[in-house]
Amino acid sequence: MYDFTYQKPASVADAVKLLGADPEAKALAGGMTLIPVLKQRLNKPSALVDLADAGLAGISVAGGTVRIGAMTTHATVANSADVKKAIPALAKLAGGIGDKEVRHRGTIGGSLANDDPTADYPAAVLALGATVETNKRSIKADDFFQGMFMTALEPGELITAVSFPVPEKAAYMKFPNPASRYALVGVFVAKGPAGVRVAVTGAGQNGVFRQKAMEAALGKSFSQAAIADIATPADELNSDIHAGAEYRAHLVGVMARRAVAAAG
Amino acid sequence: MPQVALTVNGKKVTVDVEGRTLLVELLREKLGLTGTHVGCDTSQCGACVIHLDGASVKSCTMLALQAAGRSVTTIEGLAKSDGTLHPMQEMFREHHALQCGFCTPGMVMSAIDLVQSHPEGLSEQQIRHGLEGNLCRCTGYHNIVKAIAAAWPLMHGKTMPAAAE
Repeated sequence: MYDFTYQKPASVADAVKLLGADPEAKALAGGMTLIPVLKQRLNKPSALVDLADAGLAGISVAGGTVRIGAMTTHATVANSADVKKAIPALAKLAGGIGDKEVRHRGTIGGSLANDDPTADYPAAVLALGATVETNKRSIKADDFFQGMFMTALEPGELITAVSFPVPEKAAYMKFPNPASRYALVGVFVAKGPAGVRVAVTGAGQNGVFRQKAMEAALGKSFSQAAIADIATPADELNSDIHAGAEYRAHLVGVMARRAVAAAG
Repeated sequence: MPQVALTVNGKKVTVDVEGRTLLVELLREKLGLTGTHVGCDTSQCGACVIHLDGASVKSCTMLALQAAGRSVTTIEGLAKSDGTLHPMQEMFREHHALQCGFCTPGMVMSAIDLVQSHPEGLSEQQIRHGLEGNLCRCTGYHNIVKAIAAAWPLMHGKTMPAAAE
């Protein structure tokens, strides 16, 4: 690892100031991706601005919305009685990320800012129609994800929280890579105020995406049978050493049907 | 050079580190606590698991400076000063839950967190699932799972509920 200056500001405002003063500085959340990247010398920031003390952790539920602070760990979300009650699918998703040691450090804000195409949280944010709050604005899920490792975040913009509207029902099913636990394919299905939304992670060349043919069918009839014949085109899906695009396309259907069954 | 002050195995320490110094490097190289191992160095194998304020984390994927003001427990901090082993260590010995021993410190730290965070009981499946962040290439896990199940009643001071899920 190349050396860097380490700073731990006590507020979001101070963090933004530090990041703004140095274009080579990077924000550090849980570090579950950034630290391995630095260890491989794939990145060389001059400074790391640790957000651990910036007051961004915590969960609140009010008015049909679950609001999760950006620095809330996966373990906290997975074990939260409030989240389990309001959006059990979200707690289950968080409990399936990595392993328990990773869940004790990794955060929702870090995961979303990184936007790994095989990460779990993007599927929940997109399917539930969540809103990503930053130090500057609120960004709708449909506008937030802009491709593999690409988000709407601007330089110096930090995620502060994510607000999830509580759905009528929802479920997440993933086929995990057996080594990394990242999603080979993960499908989040939600039925809420905005209708039925189906988000697919792990499969798309451009990261998380909505399966709109399935959304339309499930909107008419929320059943496994309704999507039994809906194929996902393989031409925009990933092929790698873990799975080919055709296999991933098949898994999207399987995971979607399992999610519909689990949502009930 | 920055300094980091933290508590390690109940003792307050202040150490000179670089920004890039990993927590595991602080423990092994600066404090001589070589019981915490580095296996894969990529946060997969779990040989470096320690407790940070009681929660199991991988010390190879954490900066020493991130631990400032926090309390770290390593494998060296488990046994009593008279040498009495922690019940988890005792059960690992009792059930022959190790062969080469390289993964053992991380396994024990991870297992203690698993048992402590499940006061309602642990099924065999939960134990196996709870070890997904720890790799052992000798034993095939079977005796490790047995040791953890045997440690649960000792750590909670009661019989494990039968059908815990």
